Amino acid sequence: MRTTDFISVQSRRRSVNFLSQAAATFTVCFGLFWLGWILLTLLQYGLPGMSLKLFTELTPPPGSPGGLINAIAGTFFMVMLATLIGTPIGILAGTYMAEYGQTGWLSPVTGFVNDILLSAPSIVLGLFVYEIYVVSVGHFSGIAGSFALGLLVIPVVVRTTENMLRMVPNRLREAAAALGTPQWKMITMITLKASRAGIITGVLLAVARISGETAPLLFTSLNNMFWSNLNQPTANLPMMIFDYAMSPYKDWHHLAWAGALLITLAVLGLNILARSFFKQKPLGR
Amino acid sequence: MTKNLPTAKIVVRDLNFFYGEIQALKNITMDIPEFHVTAFIGPSGCGKSTLIRTFNKIYKIYPHQRTAGQIILDGVDILQEDSDHNRLRAKVGMVFQQPTPFPMSIYNNIAFGVKLYEKLSRSGMDERVEWALNKAALWDEVKDVLHRSGYSLSGGQQQRLCIARAIAVKPEVLLLDEPASALDPISTARIENLVIELKKDYTIVIVTLNMQQAARVSDYTAYMYLGELIEFAPTELIFTRPSRKETEDYITGKFG
Repeated sequence: MRTTDFISVQSRRRSVNFLSQAAATFTVCFGLFWLGWILLTLLQYGLPGMSLKLFTELTPPPGSPGGLINAIAGTFFMVMLATLIGTPIGILAGTYMAEYGQTGWLSPVTGFVNDILLSAPSIVLGLFVYEIYVVSVGHFSGIAGSFALGLLVIPVVVRTTENMLRMVPNRLREAAAALGTPQWKMITMITLKASRAGIITGVLLAVARISGETAPLLFTSLNNMFWSNLNQPTANLPMMIFDYAMSPYKDWHHLAWAGALLITLAVLGLNILARSFFKQKPLGR
Repeated sequence: MTKNLPTAKIVVRDLNFFYGEIQALKNITMDIPEFHVTAFIGPSGCGKSTLIRTFNKIYKIYPHQRTAGQIILDGVDILQEDSDHNRLRAKVGMVFQQPTPFPMSIYNNIAFGVKLYEKLSRSGMDERVEWALNKAALWDEVKDVLHRSGYSLSGGQQQRLCIARAIAVKPEVLLLDEPASALDPISTARIENLVIELKKDYTIVIVTLNMQQAARVSDYTAYMYLGELIEFAPTELIFTRPSRKETEDYITGKFG
């Protein structure tokens, strides 16, 4: 009697285990299938357009050959400027929330507002910068685009910085305090250092996120067929893809696909880089 | 009752401690003698760690923890003087249950604390690091790998690194909160020998769940239960002729 009970429990466990594993495997494959399809399509249409010209020639008028160099450079510099704006603000705010804001209302309120910012539609941020900056200076510009993208960087970096600092065990803070370490020194030399890899990962993920954003640039950097400085409307890959893909010209379509493939590869690369950073032992030299 | 009591380094008077609404220490009054080892024993949650955490005011880094009463260190009431916790902590070092190396090299783990208080030359710092590591009986094991991360060491070595780090700033009191509870017997023995060695220069307070350890290393032992100090006497007295029934029950294993 007891043996048969045992066997039936065993076989039930086995079948439940099989079913849940099968369901989990299926959903993973389902997700991967679409991702694979997207990547394959991108490669199929993007690869033919890949050539050295992309990196040497300006975006062409319809019917003539050309590349994407101004759009690549524009995206690169705008993303860089946005990261330079957003990262320090994000790290400082995240540090405040994790290290100083133990009591009082400021830290929870900041966290709440940050969550809203994190999930705000990016076009709203674009409109905001348009109202605040573009209207007052009177023209679109790469700087405005960087501001809008910077606003997207901030909440991502705030959140990761806060989470990473909260993962630092309190005993490390106690140990530092027990030596008589002032709090700012404890934060800069010990807790931030201990969470360095995680914070860098967060910044890289933020960069990956903004490098493909189109909506915030619609009202800010706009687009440009030529070289420009960041104080003028600035070419960038997402807007270029949008404009070219919507056009009726075959050769523009090729360039749009090539640009899309470029961005995807860059974002993929950034994600892999971010992961490898996070995999490093978070502590130690 | 005891003759020739040594000078008191820390004088505790009517000390109460609260975690929010919960009272964790009740009217503790005692004198911690200078240049001796004082051990605190008692079941988990009796308040022994809470008590020694008031001696360097480490509890101050958490909100909602507060004290009432007096703790007089070298004649100054540290609970009244709101000003400088950091100066107090330079005088009263602490080593915790879990080893807590900082995310930096072995050398810098030691130098970090020293740099807070002193401006030493390169060679002066080298000397200090060697001195502290020697005191903590770790120098011979790490002298060739000083640039390596503190995390590369074993648990017992990490704990001795933490002791060296605490010693390096030249405190007067050393608080040890179950310093050997996460360590194997060999590392434990090394740390116990170290404690006995260090009491020549430091006033040492050690919290331990291990009564043999208290008997081996300490000169005075305090038994605590439910936030109260039940008995405080020379160690050989506590372990041979305790004056309170509760102490005897705990030590003989009838309770706890």
